[in-house]
Amino acid sequence: MNIVVTVKQVPDTWAEKKLDPSDMTTDRATVDNVLNEMDEYGVEEALLLKEAHGGEVTAVTMGPDKAVEAVRKALQMGADKGVHLCDASLHGSDALQTASALAKVIAPLNPDVVIVSSEASDARGGVVGALLAEYLGLPQLTLARKVTADPGGGTVTIERQTDNGYATVLGKLPVVVGVIEKINEPRYPSFKGIMAAKKKPLVTMTAADAGIDPGSAGPSGAYSEVDEAQPRPPKAAGQVVKDEGDGGAKLAAFLADQKLV
Amino acid sequence: MAEVLVLVEHADGEPKKVTAELLTLARRFGEPSAVFLGGPGTYAKAKDFLARYGAQKVYVAESADIDGYVVAPKAEVLAGLFGSAAPAALLVAATAEGREVAARAAAKTGSGLVWDVVDVAPGLVVTQQVFGGSTIVRSHVTKGTPVITVRPNSAAPEEAPATPEEQQVDVAVSDAAKAAQVSDRVVEGKSGRPDLTEASIVVSGGRGLGAAENFRLVEELADLMGGAVGASRAATDAGWYPHQAQVGQTGKTVSPQLYVAVGISGAIQHRAGMQTSKTIVAINKDPEAPIFELADFGIVGDLFNVVPQLTEELRKRQ
Repeated sequence: MNIVVTVKQVPDTWAEKKLDPSDMTTDRATVDNVLNEMDEYGVEEALLLKEAHGGEVTAVTMGPDKAVEAVRKALQMGADKGVHLCDASLHGSDALQTASALAKVIAPLNPDVVIVSSEASDARGGVVGALLAEYLGLPQLTLARKVTADPGGGTVTIERQTDNGYATVLGKLPVVVGVIEKINEPRYPSFKGIMAAKKKPLVTMTAADAGIDPGSAGPSGAYSEVDEAQPRPPKAAGQVVKDEGDGGAKLAAFLADQKLV
Repeated sequence: MAEVLVLVEHADGEPKKVTAELLTLARRFGEPSAVFLGGPGTYAKAKDFLARYGAQKVYVAESADIDGYVVAPKAEVLAGLFGSAAPAALLVAATAEGREVAARAAAKTGSGLVWDVVDVAPGLVVTQQVFGGSTIVRSHVTKGTPVITVRPNSAAPEEAPATPEEQQVDVAVSDAAKAAQVSDRVVEGKSGRPDLTEASIVVSGGRGLGAAENFRLVEELADLMGGAVGASRAATDAGWYPHQAQVGQTGKTVSPQLYVAVGISGAIQHRAGMQTSKTIVAINKDPEAPIFELADFGIVGDLFNVVPQLTEELRKRQ
């Protein structure tokens, strides 16, 4: 199977994130950046599919120069090839533009399965899987908590997480699969994997290489605009008391006083 | 005033509370038109609710295809309404599926998408609380029909009884939209508790609980207050509670009237999913725990003493 997995470099989950006031985009310069934690589940699922059915895994990202580190991490985990869409004109693209640009990179790779994760921990849109299905015209098998491929039968079946359980969903290859957190146990790159990754093919593409219309990229082509951004005002300090054997009763009194119970 | 489309969030026809919130928001800047997408015969259960919360019109699209295929049929019907109704905006609940439907409807119509919005002002300027609520952003859509997903619990639902005009919508789903076929739906673990993201009260447990079985303290308290049960990542990573209940940067974002943090230290991972809650109370044995910086009321103590006493006191007050 020809498997493509999308990855994104994001500020570390544990970092205090903020917007760059100059252009209202996520500030990536003042924080540690890592492979989006959720994407590790996507990469792992791609590797599991490859191990079960053969083929190769290509990790694709879009982002500034250093975002290539996200692809490199995927290569270290075991992906075979990498593609990095990197172009200053793409900076400030919104989710619709990003998904559209990724679709332009992914389509010529002729994947059987495109794997995305449920969301990135910075923007938390959770829409790229659905949008890739839309732009690529492929079955949307997202919010998957279990993925079963049947390359012989030409299908993929997933368990799609719902509010109160799951739905069994089937799509004919090629498909877009979106995986949720905890679907698997992502592997750590081994020393061998880290060494091998250095020799794996990694292509850098510009917007023009991908056939992206320059007018459609970046803030000028965006579908929405940020007017202002402010840090949340600090919360007024609350009351913290030590339990002297009546902590539960005090808390109950507080809740009753606030008419919350 | 222009029509504002509100996608009805429902379970087999039973509208969810967030639908009333969306209708209430929509009335601020237009005439709310509810869009009901569901299986055959499901609309009847939603009808009175939509009238009560002020829908001026209801587009009713009932078809087995709506639930028979993933997301794409819903997006197609909505995109069709953009053409025929020329609405000022579309409001959708920011649920896992809602945001996918909204995104595809936006993509189909060349419209802008803004998500997880907590407020919509006249002029369709939306407010978002990004990065786990640490930054407040105001933005607006610049192309097409603004598609806005709204975080549950963002507006207090207000009744505004109306007699909506009903308009049946033909559901003619394209072959392309039938690509991801649903063969089965399975309901699991019916707890009888409200949805985590919709609940007015959330009681969450963390590392301090020490073991899976101690979550019964959290469940008991939640059930007494009619709340949902959440868990910190430490608790779900340890396998004490299902991942679906995880509140945080990875996991669900909740914004209830009351959030009760039991044995949760309040690392940024967790705060990012709950710090916009209206009232926060915390019980933790570590006085330095960051959760106390957010708490309106905190008890430094042993949760195994404090929580049972709290539950007992609340029971007495009922």
